[in-house]
Amino acid sequence: MALAHGHASGMGGMRAAGDLVARMQMTRGMKIKEAKEHVAGKLKIAVSELTDPVVMTEVRRDLQLGVITPHPLEARGIEAKFRIAQALGIDINCVQRFKGNSGLI
Amino acid sequence: MGTIFTRFGDGTATTLSEKELRADLEAGTADAGDRGKIPPLSDDDLRHLFDIFKAPQSFLSVEPGNEVVLTYDAGTLKIRRVGVAVDRIQALQIYEKIMGADTMELCHVDYSFKPLKPILTMEQPVLEQALLATHIPLFYGAMPNLGLYSQPDGPFPNPAELMPAGKIKEAQESYEQTVAEAVRDIVFVAGAMHESGADGINIDTVGAAGDADFLAALLASEQLKARYPDICIELGMAGEFVLGMHGGLQYDGVRLAGLYPHDQARLAAKAGVTLFGPVVNTNTSRTSPWNVARAVTFIKAAVAASPVPVHANMGMGVGGVPVADHPPIDIVSRASKAVVEICRLDGL
Repeated sequence: MALAHGHASGMGGMRAAGDLVARMQMTRGMKIKEAKEHVAGKLKIAVSELTDPVVMTEVRRDLQLGVITPHPLEARGIEAKFRIAQALGIDINCVQRFKGNSGLI
Repeated sequence: MGTIFTRFGDGTATTLSEKELRADLEAGTADAGDRGKIPPLSDDDLRHLFDIFKAPQSFLSVEPGNEVVLTYDAGTLKIRRVGVAVDRIQALQIYEKIMGADTMELCHVDYSFKPLKPILTMEQPVLEQALLATHIPLFYGAMPNLGLYSQPDGPFPNPAELMPAGKIKEAQESYEQTVAEAVRDIVFVAGAMHESGADGINIDTVGAAGDADFLAALLASEQLKARYPDICIELGMAGEFVLGMHGGLQYDGVRLAGLYPHDQARLAAKAGVTLFGPVVNTNTSRTSPWNVARAVTFIKAAVAASPVPVHANMGMGVGGVPVADHPPIDIVSRASKAVVEICRLDGL
């Protein structure tokens, strides 16, 4: 059923920009329209491109935000989340924790 | 005029004429309007619903641009429930990489805050490790489940035994004591998982044990927000209506018993909740058009009243989705499209 909802009305997760828009709702309490506009603005793309997996894979690869099929040497996991925090202008809880534990801050 | 394929709330297939479909949509929204004292759907909304249910396709979707963010309750538990033998971190990766989930939730099979307390230090490293390997936001979730705080499972006298014996005051006192204990447990577990790096805390199935259960979730949210101002809390309800098991409990001067989603949303936001998840129960003996029209009416009012983003619960048996182990995608996709487009939802 999660798949049915995902196809019927979801943003596609990290195939597109679903996780990024989710982060704006979660960290800033933004409603959907504002959250989409924020992410599109930060990534310098149109709101309509946020759910386009072709455009978003390119954008995510360029900015090292993590993709479904990462190539060798590309950012993934916590590495990509450092980039996501920077790209969206937000603090990500586990990234801050990583910085603290590794002596980066 | 041909017949329209649809289903009942238990998933059983049926057909309706156009006239019957229109009548069911109107009856569904009228029922919600009457119970919730909220406006019924407009003619435009009912026309949109009519078109959704009349469409011959087996699967429908929102129009491009209307997509929303999906959050999940009991996330990793559902992989175990279907018998797929993978570890929880693998389950998170399956949702993230294979199912394209926008967010995901780590949880324990014993999905209540109370039993998590003694195993918290075993749960934190799993979350911490998962956060290193995944990309999408991760919630940690559990239920307040106040039923665990009364005898024989907990320390307090069982209100379900006191009430039939006419000991109303004693039953109310027991509920009040369970609230204090549950708040302590929720704050303890959720605080620890936040400190371990969780992107959000999902307080799920809230109100399952009635108004005391809802109060515990609100008070815990308030305390968590005061302690961790940047914490994200999603509060998902158990049912459409807060059962008055105590009857007199209040939050912010509002009596909790009998509240519907639009009033629940206001209180959740007041308590510091980041995302609110309303529930509308599915009636198995009415048709899916009736159920979806009813759900859309309640949720639309909740979205209008809520200062925070609303992620409607659309799992099995709620939000117009049939009560069936394997809900048919013809109705799931119609319910999904209907609530997102008509209610202007922020997520599911």
